[in-house]
Amino acid sequence: MNRLNKLFATKNNNLLSIYYTAGYPELDTTVDIALALEKAGADFLEIGFPYSDPVADGPTIQHSSQQALDNGMTLNLLFEQLKDLRKRVTIPILLMGYVNPIVQFGVERFCKKAAEAGIDGVIVPDLPMYEYETLYAGFFKDNNLSNIFLVTPQTSADRIRKIDELSNSFIYLLSSSSITGGNLDVSDSIEDYYKRIKAMQLKNPTIIGFGIADNATFKKACEYANGAIVGSKFVKLLEQENYLNKIPAFISSIKPSL
Amino acid sequence: MKYGVNDQGYYGDFGGAYVPEMLYPNVEELRQKYLSIINDADFKAEFDLLLKDYVGRPSPLYYAKRYSEKYGANIFLKREDLNHTGSHKINNAIGQILLAQRLGKKRIIAETGAGQHGVATATVCALKGIECVVYMGEVDMARQAPNVSRMKMLGAKVVPARSGSKTLKDATNEALRDWIANPVDTHYIIGSVVGPYPYPDMVARFQSIISLEAKKQLLEHTGKELPEYVMACVGGGSNAMGMFYHFLDDESVKLIAVEAAGKGVNSGHSAATTFLGREGVLHGSRTILMQTDDGQVVEPYSISAGLDYPGIGPQHAHLYKINRAQYASVTDDEALQAGLLCCQLEGIIPAIESAHALAQLEKMKFKKDDNVIICLSGRGDKDLDTYIKYFGF
Repeated sequence: MNRLNKLFATKNNNLLSIYYTAGYPELDTTVDIALALEKAGADFLEIGFPYSDPVADGPTIQHSSQQALDNGMTLNLLFEQLKDLRKRVTIPILLMGYVNPIVQFGVERFCKKAAEAGIDGVIVPDLPMYEYETLYAGFFKDNNLSNIFLVTPQTSADRIRKIDELSNSFIYLLSSSSITGGNLDVSDSIEDYYKRIKAMQLKNPTIIGFGIADNATFKKACEYANGAIVGSKFVKLLEQENYLNKIPAFISSIKPSL
Repeated sequence: MKYGVNDQGYYGDFGGAYVPEMLYPNVEELRQKYLSIINDADFKAEFDLLLKDYVGRPSPLYYAKRYSEKYGANIFLKREDLNHTGSHKINNAIGQILLAQRLGKKRIIAETGAGQHGVATATVCALKGIECVVYMGEVDMARQAPNVSRMKMLGAKVVPARSGSKTLKDATNEALRDWIANPVDTHYIIGSVVGPYPYPDMVARFQSIISLEAKKQLLEHTGKELPEYVMACVGGGSNAMGMFYHFLDDESVKLIAVEAAGKGVNSGHSAATTFLGREGVLHGSRTILMQTDDGQVVEPYSISAGLDYPGIGPQHAHLYKINRAQYASVTDDEALQAGLLCCQLEGIIPAIESAHALAQLEKMKFKKDDNVIICLSGRGDKDLDTYIKYFGF
């Protein structure tokens, strides 16, 4: 059991996860932002490590990634920053990024370093299922890391079953086939897609991401899934001055406290 | 084929389909259908007819007499520059548009660097009356302006890629993003032997017409089917793969791939991927790419926009690693000088890409009776500005 499994065991609705890019807008505030998000009421976090060619991301996260790289962010530096993470932050944390930086770092070494820092899971959109299963799954298991798979409206039922089998914390449902930073698709066909997934009674919880930007879209997502992820909208907040102080208001605008 | 792709899309350690889930259904559909479509008799008949009547194939295998005297071997040029639209790129574009039609796709997207693949794609879309969107780096649009106009005349929409370094790799990223957002009705015509499986294999098959013809033509010229050397330039590597394809299993044939060294391999302004790169993942396949220690993709440089790519196709990475092909590199200066020499000795203005392959002739040690085939992948009309500025004509 990692922190993600414990979270889902105790709470299974209205979970809010926040994504942000490490090293953006400033190089050294990675853990400060995590702490502020925990205090403000986020249930878990995804910390992105930047890549020069993020094909699944829209302009907002392309920009944060490039700025983070310009600031000097690297995987080595990120793990250095995360050394004392668990002295300050208790909610589950995932790392999210593209496969090439991990391959260069060494996949096994990456998993070990992540576990040492108290990371609970990893999301690598361009790591295929076949390569994960045949080459890397052992490293993830040995380090108690959950690998998170994505599902889109075009993913076949057979493949969703296979993803459910390989997953051990949650499944990331994309609200549409799109890059990050778009609007939430609220068409009938999307409702059908959520209903179809719900009817499959998967063993893993589902979290919806892409297009979640305010309370209305968050609530909509939580009707069909166990929670939702906010990314681009939060990264935009970080462009503002005094962003750390604005985090509590941001979180309550998405998920007002009961 | 000994050096072909396996069931999982790999050439030895290289290849695969490293795509986000959003692209999985598109790539999977292609993987399941591409072989049955391109092996279908009806497809083959239409492909062959268009290559003959529309492209003008077979392209000649020209015995270059004055080159042969200069270099002391029998030098043959495979004249892909004489194809409709001016380069080998049209072979793949024709194949993929016929495939897209049979997949029921209504919209085509493509990336382009120098603009040759963009022009070829715009051309086949006009031919078939299909909507066409070409992504091109903003920097490349400026340095290849005539090709931008050509694409527009052919009815394509040219979208500037403004992310990253605003060149070919960013145009490729933007095309992939478009495909993610339009997964059902759109086919992505990748222009080189790069990208997720099955693209490297599919594009190589469409380009393999180059070596299929060359083998027959060499036999007519010399009475021999196999040359001693086959040479071609490599950016992503599509003309080289087409030129090598039917010689791969003939181990006596030495295959020479020529990369762009830019201002020198170690100058910091180079695109010599096998010299400067390491194994990793780029644009959906495991291959060799130029990158930092931290795995960030490095922006390459070459005076030739068609060779200005930070990776090579996965099959090239494999041929390099197992030493089936030799990878050399040629600087901007060497290529431009070789381009001028080709004008003066043979009366052919080559594309600067192809001039890289010609420049390698200076570095070879041939025996007197060696037969050497070089792929003259494109014509130099698009490069006149660069030649004129360099030589001051």
